[in-house]
Formats: sequence, structure tokens, C-alpha cells
Amino acid sequence: MLSTFQYPKFEYIRPPEIAEGRDGHYPVIIVGAGPVGLTTAIDLAQQGQKVLLVDNDDTVSLGSRGVCYAKRALEVLDRLGCGEEMVAKGVSWNVGRTFFREEEVFSFNLCPEPDHHRPGMINLQQYYLEDYLVKRARQLPNLEMRFKHNVIGVTQGEHVATLRVETPDGACTLTTDWLVVADGARSPIRTMLGLDIEGKIFMDRFLIADVVMKAEYPTERWFWFDPPFHPNQSVLLHRQADNVWRIDFQLGWGADPETEKKPENVIPRIKAMLGDNREFELEWVSVYTFQCRRMNSFNHGRVLFVGDAAHQVSPFGARGANSGIQDADNLAWKLKLVMDGKAPATLLDTYTDERGFAADENIMNSTRSTDFITPKSAVSKTFRNAVLGLAEHYPFARALVNSGRLSVPSFFTDSCLNTPDADTFSGDMVPGAPMDDAPVVASSGGSEWLLGHLGDCFQVLHYVEDADALPPATAQALAALADAPIPVETLVVANRGAAPGGLKTLLDTHARIKARYDLEPGTTYLARPDQHVAARWRNFDAAAIRAAVARATCNA
Amino acid sequence: MALNTQTNLFEPGKRYFRAFSPGDDFYEALIDTHRDLSDEQSAMVNARLILLLANHIGDISVLREAMQIAREGV
Repeated sequence: MLSTFQYPKFEYIRPPEIAEGRDGHYPVIIVGAGPVGLTTAIDLAQQGQKVLLVDNDDTVSLGSRGVCYAKRALEVLDRLGCGEEMVAKGVSWNVGRTFFREEEVFSFNLCPEPDHHRPGMINLQQYYLEDYLVKRARQLPNLEMRFKHNVIGVTQGEHVATLRVETPDGACTLTTDWLVVADGARSPIRTMLGLDIEGKIFMDRFLIADVVMKAEYPTERWFWFDPPFHPNQSVLLHRQADNVWRIDFQLGWGADPETEKKPENVIPRIKAMLGDNREFELEWVSVYTFQCRRMNSFNHGRVLFVGDAAHQVSPFGARGANSGIQDADNLAWKLKLVMDGKAPATLLDTYTDERGFAADENIMNSTRSTDFITPKSAVSKTFRNAVLGLAEHYPFARALVNSGRLSVPSFFTDSCLNTPDADTFSGDMVPGAPMDDAPVVASSGGSEWLLGHLGDCFQVLHYVEDADALPPATAQALAALADAPIPVETLVVANRGAAPGGLKTLLDTHARIKARYDLEPGTTYLARPDQHVAARWRNFDAAAIRAAVARATCNA
Repeated sequence: MALNTQTNLFEPGKRYFRAFSPGDDFYEALIDTHRDLSDEQSAMVNARLILLLANHIGDISVLREAMQIAREGV
């Protein structure tokens, strides 16, 4: 088993606290070096923050586990310097096909619009993602990773959290101003702190198999309802890197996990599905159940929960790791501002507000998918099969077929960090929206995509047709926005020219920014460090921008 | 007027950012309507629902078309 990937073994190093027989204090400790803990650590370290990341293991994820990484997660990983490797190694796809019994009834395209840098989704085994993130983390001198460090106790006071950590050389005590908990769905730390997570368990079991084979199937997501080779249940087929294929069989609640995992039971199922005698090798097999639940609050004093530790969803829709990576994206800049004394701790409440909203949306969508895929009553199954039967010929029914609504970012339209529109705009780039990508040519060189120039700080996008003609007074006022405790960088968006005073200019070469952001000359957007719209106006007004930055950082 | 078989679901005043959302909103409400009912009760709910919706649509030629499609292939 597991023949296509060589597992790295990360070196355990005796911590100085044990070597020197003392306690240690750190400004921020992150527990859990999975995708979400690593992402949070890299984001904070990239902003200049000293970070300690501890993990109880010394290698990456065992088995492929999370395999679908959505466009928005890739955009976050791009900002953190790992997106390119992910996309180069992963299998990009946009098309999904759905079959009912023997007929194809429906297909969808995740990214029907042209001119976006990243595809709707890539498939890549989770161990590759973690491997790339660890490599990226090692490039950051202010990010320290410690493996074989198992947290066995946590308490928190008003100003610090205290951790008892067990290592191969014994236990030591670490204190931290801020503790980020990324220790997964079962979150031992959540339990140690006596915090609740509420939701429901779904009474179903799924067999998941990674199979190595040479196959010429297209790189699409194929989903079957009630196929002849696995009657009355669903099946999902996905291609991953290295000719590894993910196959997911619904088994029903009565199935025995240990029996189902045995190769002599798995192999006939796969043979029936492939329908021929092609050769394949089993690489990894697991049987899982799932829950949909979330913590009421993701921030508790000095302790912040991210990813599966804070919320869990069914796997239909790839909303687990993708939402966890977006948690990190949302939390890191807020925590950094609070740690630097530039924003009050109430800014962290908006992490719960915004990511809690996203968790609710993810749970709602994945629960709806689950209810469609595994109907809970006779009438529900009748409706499901009626939809599938009509879908082949009638477009309205196709829209109702739900084999998983794949991870897309939430629009935080009700966030208190938004400055509501006073001017009229069309399109989707409302305050709270995750920002759309578009091709650009930048005066500074660098990325040929808008999102490649966005993020890590507050930024203003100011649109003019001819950047050469930007009035010097406006250019000066824009440049002056950088000179503040929370600096605002200016990006002049234009059809042609270069802005005076060395302001960075992005040429909207395909007129996609104009269309997607409903730009008119003078239109000004304020972007958050996580590439979300904070505010927008039809005219440039420095005072309004300062007020919107204050609002977006709980400083108003 | 012919029977509309294109996607047509929406809720007045609600802003949608994803094409799948209005259909999923409806479907969830439909399944919720049947929660905790026996099969017999569900059949009665469906019958009443059809009668209510038919009256709302009004145009019997549209209803005949829908009834014909519904019966095909069952």
C-alpha cells in the first residue's frame, strides 16, 4: 500500500525548555500541523510575526484524505507562496458529470467564466499539500516547527494560555499570548477546555479507496446515483496526481467498517465498477462516517479555533479543508493587528462572525447534498428519483440535482466590518465579497493576475481610463494613505498609461476588472488583507477610506 | 402560454450569489414539508400541494402539458 508517495520524516529536536529545564513563552503558538495549522502559521510568519507551530506527529497526512482544493483555497495558497506547486502537481478540473442508473443526467462547469487564474478545483492528495506547506514554512526564519510535541493540558487566564507539552524527552510547560487550535475534528484541546461543539451525526457509512491504475477517463468528477454496479447507493470517481484515483462507495449504516475495509471485499466492488479486467492496485482504504457540527464561538479569550476543530461538514462539496484554509485567511491579518496593538481584541469576534457564517453556509449546503444523495424517507427518495428522471430532458430539474455543491467562498454581506454602499453599483463585488480575479499587466511587473497583486495589507483600487492623466493632487492623496498606523497601498487600475508618483498601475488588459467590479472613472474600492471588499465608492475620498479602514478593523 | 421547464425559482427580495441556491432553498423546504409524516400522510400532502399549485397556475393547457410530462416514463 501507498507506493506512489514517499513519506517524509520530520526531525524531532529536543526543545530548549527541556534542555535548559525552564518554561517557555511565545507570542503565538499554533497546535496542529495539518493544512489549516500550517496555513495559519505561514500567513502570520509572512506578516513578520514570530510563530511556534507544534504537532504530535512527525510526518504528513496518512492517506490521501482531503483531495479537492477549490479556486478560493488556491488563491489563498498563492498569497502564501504555495499555489503554483499545488496546481502544477494537482489535476485541474472544472467539469462534473452526474449519472442516474445508466444515463448521464447532468453536467456542470465550476468555472464557466474565462480569464481567471485558477481553475474551479484541483485534485491533489492531502499529503502533497502538507509537504508543500512544510517546505514553505521552512523558508520563514521566524516560524519554528516542532514535531513529536503532544499537548496534554491547556488552561487559560486573562492574558496567557498555558500548555503542558509532552515530548520524547519528557514534558515541559509553554505559555503563549495567543493559542491557535488546529488539532482537527476530535480536537483534544477543545475537550481539555470543556468547550462544546454541536450538530448531528449522519447515519451512513462510506468506503473510500485510492486506486493506482492507468486509465484514460477524462479529468472530470463522475458521480453515480444508483448505478448498476452498486445498486441503490451512490459512487464517486475522482482523479488525483500520480495516476491515483479516488473512489467513494456509499455503503449504508448497517455496513461493518472492518469487514468492508478488507481487500477481498473492496477489490470486487472496484472490478464491478471498472467493468473490465484492467489492472489496478489498492493504495489506501478507509471507511468513514461524518458529522455536521460547529462550535458556537470560534474565539474564546486567548484561544482561537480553526478548521475541523471549530466546524465539520459532510465531505460532499469539499468544504472541509477548503473552509479551514479560508479560516486561516480570515484570522491571520486580524490576529496580527490585535497583536501589534493596532486593533482591539473585538476584531477577533468578527472572525467568529464571518467564519461562523461561512460554517453555517457550508453545513447547510453539505447537509442539503447529503439529504439528496442519501434520502431519509420514502417520499424524499421519490422526489430525488423524480428529479433525476426529469433532469435528462428538463433544465429546471437539472438545477435541482445535488451531488455536492462544491466549495465556493462566502459573501460576508452582513459583516460589521463592511462599509455599506452609499453609491449605486451592479454586479457581485458588494462589500464583504471575495474579490474576483482578472488578467492585468502591472507597471511593477510581477503577476499577470489581479489577485496576484492583492492581499497582505489594506489596498485601494482606484480606476481611471488613462493613468497618465491622474491629477497630481489625487496621486499625492492616494500615496499619503500609505502613511498611517494601518497603511493602505494604492493600486491604480487603468486602461492605459502609468500613474504619477510611482503609484503601482494595473492595466485592465481584458476589461474584465471594469466588467466584474462595475468600474467607472473615479470608482474606488477598499480591499481587505484577505482579498475581500471592505467598501467602494464612485469617487475618491481619502477621509471616507480612512473611516472605512477604521470600521474594517473595529477602530471606528 | 407553454409550460416553463427552464430554471425559474427565486424568492422576492433575496440576493443570490450562487446559481444553485434558489433551487436548493426550494428543495429543502419541500422535503421539510414532509418531515415526520407517514407515507400515507406524505401522499396526502403531495395531493393537496398539487391542487393548490394547479389553481395558482390556472391555465389548464399548461397543467395538461405538465401532467403529460409527469406521466411519461413512469
